[in-house]
Amino acid sequence: MASVATNIDAMSTGVTRRRRYMDRKSFVPLLLFVPPSLVLFTIFVVLPMIDAGTFSFFDWTGYGPITDFVGFDNYADVLTHRNFGTAVRNSLIVVAVSLLIQLPLAMWAAIALAERGTHVNILRTIFFVPYMLAEIAAGLIWKFVYDGNYGLVPTIGDALGTKLPHVLGDKLWVIPAIMLVIIWKYFGFHMMIYIAGLQSIPSEVIEAARLDGVKKWKIVWHIKLPMIWSAIVVSVFFSITGALQLFDLIIPLSNGGPQNSSHTIVTFLYQFGILRMKLGFGGAVSVMLFFACVLVAIAYRRILFRAEKA
Amino acid sequence: MTTTAPATPSKRRRPTVSGFQWFTMLVIAAFIIVPFYTTALGGFKEIGELRVNPFGLPASWDPVRFTDIIFGPTYLRSLGNSLFIAVGSVVLSTLISSMAAFAFAHIKFFGSKFLMAYLLLGLLFPSATAILPLFIKMRDLGLLDKHLGIIIVQVAFSLSFSILLFHNFFKELPKELIDAARMDNCGYLRIYWYITLPLCLPIIATVGVFNFVGSWNSFLLPLITLNTDANYTWPLGIMQFQGQYGSDWPRILAYLTLSILPAIAFFLLAQRYIISGLTGGAVKG
Repeated sequence: MASVATNIDAMSTGVTRRRRYMDRKSFVPLLLFVPPSLVLFTIFVVLPMIDAGTFSFFDWTGYGPITDFVGFDNYADVLTHRNFGTAVRNSLIVVAVSLLIQLPLAMWAAIALAERGTHVNILRTIFFVPYMLAEIAAGLIWKFVYDGNYGLVPTIGDALGTKLPHVLGDKLWVIPAIMLVIIWKYFGFHMMIYIAGLQSIPSEVIEAARLDGVKKWKIVWHIKLPMIWSAIVVSVFFSITGALQLFDLIIPLSNGGPQNSSHTIVTFLYQFGILRMKLGFGGAVSVMLFFACVLVAIAYRRILFRAEKA
Repeated sequence: MTTTAPATPSKRRRPTVSGFQWFTMLVIAAFIIVPFYTTALGGFKEIGELRVNPFGLPASWDPVRFTDIIFGPTYLRSLGNSLFIAVGSVVLSTLISSMAAFAFAHIKFFGSKFLMAYLLLGLLFPSATAILPLFIKMRDLGLLDKHLGIIIVQVAFSLSFSILLFHNFFKELPKELIDAARMDNCGYLRIYWYITLPLCLPIIATVGVFNFVGSWNSFLLPLITLNTDANYTWPLGIMQFQGQYGSDWPRILAYLTLSILPAIAFFLLAQRYIISGLTGGAVKG
């Protein structure tokens, strides 16, 4: 096979000039290399997104022609839906708690574990395992931990001498309970990003500051954090987009309940758009989610760009 | 673990991590491990035992629940389905995205920048955004309830990230290598296959492992497109199992343990690639 190809190549260069050879030679590979990506991406990523935009202006149940134009009614329906506000609020809570608790915790761990060593590697691996776990599995593990009859929460309640509520069935406790699982699952991921950043700081810089007698936490605050600013921006970006698309974890834990109090934007989309095949309604949610994601991505690019220039 | 500049801690650097910090690390480690630990042991315990003896070792190590599940109808089948889908989408997406990235990195052509930017648009939004119209599209194309449908869609959604990683890597390859090969009458097809790919095994491993984990763990897409039990992937299988056995926790915990064991084993083997993909892709993306 290879030798045949070589012969053909040799023949074709024999009769044509080099420049034409290169042009023609790059044409065939191009036709082979780029279109598969373009076709798949267009059909299954771009067109569905455009369709979502189209659906959002129609009343359609998924069958027959799309004719019932309703203007912005679907958007109005979404915005006035009883549970949409809850879903948005919950997503914002997830972002806020991530920024205020999860990321500082991840940074705290990263600062301790950025050094090299076996014991450090073991801890890093332990912290990172939940991130690799499927959300479904993590959700079920914690559903057990939270189980009011057989889980660990009632055991903790016994130890404290009180009876703790069934956290996943309690409107007040369900969101904090989910937040704890999110921190459990994702803080190791953010820690890894920070560790990569910390390890890229030239050790002479830190060494010089230390020799000058700068205190440890001053080094962290004035040297390390500014130098890994772009890693921080990256991890903030991931916690925001993660919160916007949170779904797999909620389904096994609370399934949006109790009384629809723990929906996120995507579980809301699933519950009220997909399960009921309300394509217009779901399309409107999709479009809003899409613009939220694009806004976040643009802001991220700008801030990261500025951080890298500085 | 990561490929960043080696930090060489001097002896003096060790004590910079205080005792208090180590203490908090151990507390966090316990917080991470305890749910795993109780899950793994829970499969051996009786339901009443879970409540009275949550942290201790089980009274008996009878593996009957585990063997029931392994020889039961769903476990191996759903794992097999997931494996088939994951391998299929990894092979296809590695091939397709590395070809596109190769063209963008090494072949000069009109519109190359534009097409690449177009293909990277997928980084902007998650697949969940378009899941409803995607369902309609798959229905119209007859891809519902088929593993092939899931593979194709997962490949399409993995393209942006994979192309980005491949492109970053291909750009770094010495230009002279490609030029020399072209001087020797080597066509782009053979440059791609015989020169670029063999030099890029690390990035292939990273992209492959990354897409494998994504596919293995995916839930929403199979949930919406698969409706025959026989086609279920393992996350659907475990949700169904959980629905079926309600609060028979020992049985569910045994199923959970068996489901996450392969993933954890795989992770321990492949974590190097996962982490380099994360940090490399994240920081550059």
